[in-house]
Amino acid sequence: MRLTVNGEVREAPERATLAAFLASLGLENTKVAVERNLEIAPRSLWSAITLEDGDRLEIVQFVGGG
Amino acid sequence: MDGLVTKPDLLTIAGRAYNSRLIIGTGKYRSYAENAAALEASGAEIVTVAVRRVNLSDPSKERLTDHIDPKKVTFLPNTAGCYTGEEAVRTLRLAREAGDWKLVKLEVLADQKTLYPDMEETLRAAKLLIGEGFEVMVYCSDDPVYARKLEDAGCVAIMPLGSLIGSGLGVQNPVNIRLIVEQARVPVIVDAGVGTASDAAMAMELGVDGVLMNTAIAEAKDPVRMAGAMKHAVIAGREAYLAGRMPKKRYADPSSPLGGLI
Repeated sequence: MRLTVNGEVREAPERATLAAFLASLGLENTKVAVERNLEIAPRSLWSAITLEDGDRLEIVQFVGGG
Repeated sequence: MDGLVTKPDLLTIAGRAYNSRLIIGTGKYRSYAENAAALEASGAEIVTVAVRRVNLSDPSKERLTDHIDPKKVTFLPNTAGCYTGEEAVRTLRLAREAGDWKLVKLEVLADQKTLYPDMEETLRAAKLLIGEGFEVMVYCSDDPVYARKLEDAGCVAIMPLGSLIGSGLGVQNPVNIRLIVEQARVPVIVDAGVGTASDAAMAMELGVDGVLMNTAIAEAKDPVRMAGAMKHAVIAGREAYLAGRMPKKRYADPSSPLGGLI
């Protein structure tokens, strides 16, 4: 299935969980926050959330800023 | 504090006390390592940070949190780059999820040329955020009327600009900053515009509770040394304000006694 992740189209296996998808990106243990279709996806629910075709994800972290 | 201060003079924001009245940004440094060294030299206990997309093609790239420990320093997530209240709220919801912090810096900008705050939108965003339980430190214009409205809405710190973000032009309207200080019941922090140590000292001499800066340190030739200079400038300005300056006079007044002249 196709997802839009940080504005880029990405492929993911059908019925992948959010936790599995983040692990495939190497982000499972990092201090990131995830928004799924404009709603916060809390870290505690990552393994319970099943992604769907067309989902739009934003994965963000803290960077330097003023 | 170099033995200058005899009793603790703490800055209290939303119930938490800080020894340092200097808040620094973490943008524009040549590296996060230099940023961390400047933070150490500045003595700051709060740093502003931005929320941005993870680089998916290179997720192992070094991170801010590899160099600055959010357990030791208060991270203050900002909404830099947001032009509407909705964008700001969305950004800070993500920041809260990433860091579990309620204390945030709201800035809603009007245009890219001046980065001047859009005050109507800032006030609306502040109310949205406070309604969601955020503790909002707000970047604002030096308009005392809007400052009061932001405070009445429940903001925990009022942060008027000294001059435009990244300009280094110092405090351009000290009269307005003073008016804001006199009316405020929450901390007032000059945010933006400081260019060098005397600007920071001058801001503190007006009676503000703190100064927030980024470019003045990050774009100095020697950022770590400038960070130290800013630490001392903020302490000096604060102490001078508390000490109460002498009145200005139009003519000379000799410091040596006139009696006993030979």
